[in-house]
Amino acid sequence: MKILVFIETDNGDVVASSWEALGKALSLSDDVAALVVGHNVGDVASEAGARGASVVYVVDDASRAEFDLDLVVADTKAALAEAGTNALLAVHTGNGRDLAAAVAADLNAGFLADCLELRQEDGVLVGVRPLYSGNILADVRAASDVQIATLRPRSAEAAANTGASADIVTLQPAAVDSRMQVLEVKHAETGEISLTDANVIVSGGRGVAKDPELGFKLIRELADTLGAAVGASRAAVDAGFIEYKHQVGQTGKVVRPDMYIACGISGAVQHLAGMSSSKIIVAINKDSEAPIFSVANYGIVGDLFEVVPAMNEAFKAKLNKG
Amino acid sequence: MRYLVCVKQTPDTAELPKVNPEEAASGQLSINLVVNPWDEHAIEAALQMSENYGGMAGAITVDGDSAIDALRSALAMGCKDATLVKEEAADANSVATLLAAAVKKLGDVNYVLTGQMTVDGNSGAVPVMLARKLGWPVVTGVAKVIQADEDSVTVERVAGQDRFTVKVPAPAVLSVIKEIGESRYPTFINIRKAARVNIPVWTAADLDVETPAAVVQTENYRKPPARDAHVKLFDNADELVDALLAEKVL
Ligand SMILES: Cc1cc2nc3c(=O)[nH]c(=O)nc-3n(C[C@H](O)[C@H](O)[C@H](O)COP(=O)(O)OP(=O)(O)OC[C@H]3O[C@@H](n4cnc5c(N)ncnc54)[C@H](O)[C@@H]3O)c2cc1C
Ligand SMILES: Nc1ncnc2c1ncn2[C@@H]1O[C@H](COP(=O)(O)O)[C@@H](O)[C@H]1O
Repeated sequence: MKILVFIETDNGDVVASSWEALGKALSLSDDVAALVVGHNVGDVASEAGARGASVVYVVDDASRAEFDLDLVVADTKAALAEAGTNALLAVHTGNGRDLAAAVAADLNAGFLADCLELRQEDGVLVGVRPLYSGNILADVRAASDVQIATLRPRSAEAAANTGASADIVTLQPAAVDSRMQVLEVKHAETGEISLTDANVIVSGGRGVAKDPELGFKLIRELADTLGAAVGASRAAVDAGFIEYKHQVGQTGKVVRPDMYIACGISGAVQHLAGMSSSKIIVAINKDSEAPIFSVANYGIVGDLFEVVPAMNEAFKAKLNKG
Repeated sequence: MRYLVCVKQTPDTAELPKVNPEEAASGQLSINLVVNPWDEHAIEAALQMSENYGGMAGAITVDGDSAIDALRSALAMGCKDATLVKEEAADANSVATLLAAAVKKLGDVNYVLTGQMTVDGNSGAVPVMLARKLGWPVVTGVAKVIQADEDSVTVERVAGQDRFTVKVPAPAVLSVIKEIGESRYPTFINIRKAARVNIPVWTAADLDVETPAAVVQTENYRKPPARDAHVKLFDNADELVDALLAEKVL
């Protein structure tokens, strides 16, 4: 089957987890096309070819500088027609989800959302979806000709850059009027690692309460040493120790890093809902009875104000960052 | 103006780990059900908009009779009316189709507010699907409403690591996130009023639509593999760090 992969861009750069969707598509089919929509995205289009797409459709226009759902949906439908396929794959970011849901609604198609795995059975995409906040898994397949799926970030290997080259096909921006006026844009500071893409996360909870500023400073220092993102429990966010965008859990972000280091976090089910599929969980908690230890692989029962800086020093020494 | 909040009754998050595959497959849960936590923020958003820009907030759900409790909770928080669309929707597409038909029947809705996702369905697809079926613009990730009137709404939107201020014409669908504000507690007066509000019950036939067939088939419900975690405890950071480096993920 031919699969069209939506490669998301932001401010002219690729949203890196898009390469995971491309990698997954390439593992399912030899016939994979990519779609890149944005402004000044020529490099992203060439990279999609270098990473294995055989055809790359590109809509490069000033009107596409910021993600505008109405426009990207129209471009995507045009690209599906141009590619002659009924299968669309994207990564389950906010924008990827919105695009997939909109195309599915317009075409009355099944949307396999936020899949952890994806396989092909006789030309039909079958996804494994988390339901009930990851407490149940189920197989999902579309009962429609058009098949649309999104993949949870960090669920598949990114397509490798082999230096291949693809046919780059420039598409005219679809002729629809924008309904969204962008009045102000604040792009992320460069270098800031997003929680959902992070390989390592160091998180802090209410355990920092006796000196929250110092606690999160120590956590940030450890994160910097490891090139990690900083996470937090809801208790830490609600207490105003750190901004909401760092919250991991049921009503925060769902993450799946290779390593999650929980410092002063008890391990409530709502926190676990966000991080229990991390590959390795490390707990630093002064209470040996804390539930976090029942999901952790490694831990220290101790005071995070002593353990976290000691870990930082040890990592620096051993990783030669001294 | 009229603001309509889409709410869903979902399991109490503390009890989610108790859901078993049979219950998940049948949808007949034996655990405690409450208002989906993300939808509490949507209720709050609608109440704030009605206070700031005038008008009235109402709630709607697509579900069985027992979801009346979730609608009463929305009323107790300050919504003025509530509607039950009594249908067993098969998937997100079906929910969106029924909600769109109900919005059309209500006729005078300026803004539809939704949560970011449900803690049981987890797709986050309904707000966008609903907007497409209505032909309305949609903004997801809404952290703040800056200005709204009958013609347009200006909001702050969070997408990935970015923040935008965007303006779209009304009517529109807004899917909100937690930053919009914590939901208010029901007041004693509102709880008493809520008990007396008459909640109309509509079926697909009342909405002049067919109950949409499933476009997603879901099967083989199961528990995820248990974590293979037997915690290794260390006395000092040095030994812990050696063990972590030996995992070779850094
Ligand atoms: C609808 C709903 C949604 C929710 N969503 C989320 C969510 O998205 N994310 C989330 O995290 N929670 C969420 N919660 C809240 C959740 O139930 C817990 O209240 C929260 O996770 C607790 O945070 P905590 O572990 O930091 O705090 P606590 O439970 O208070 O734990 C603090 C821990 O720190 C330890 N400690 C204290 N001092 C030290 C020290 N000096 N050194 C080391 N350890 C120390 C203590 O032993 C304790 O285990 C939600 C709850 C509800 C009802
Ligand atoms: N059955 C339903 N009835 C009313 N609103 C719903 C229903 N299902 C989902 N929603 C709304 O759509 C949002 C996203 O849900 P979902 O797409 O299921 O993750 C929720 O936060 C609700 O606001």
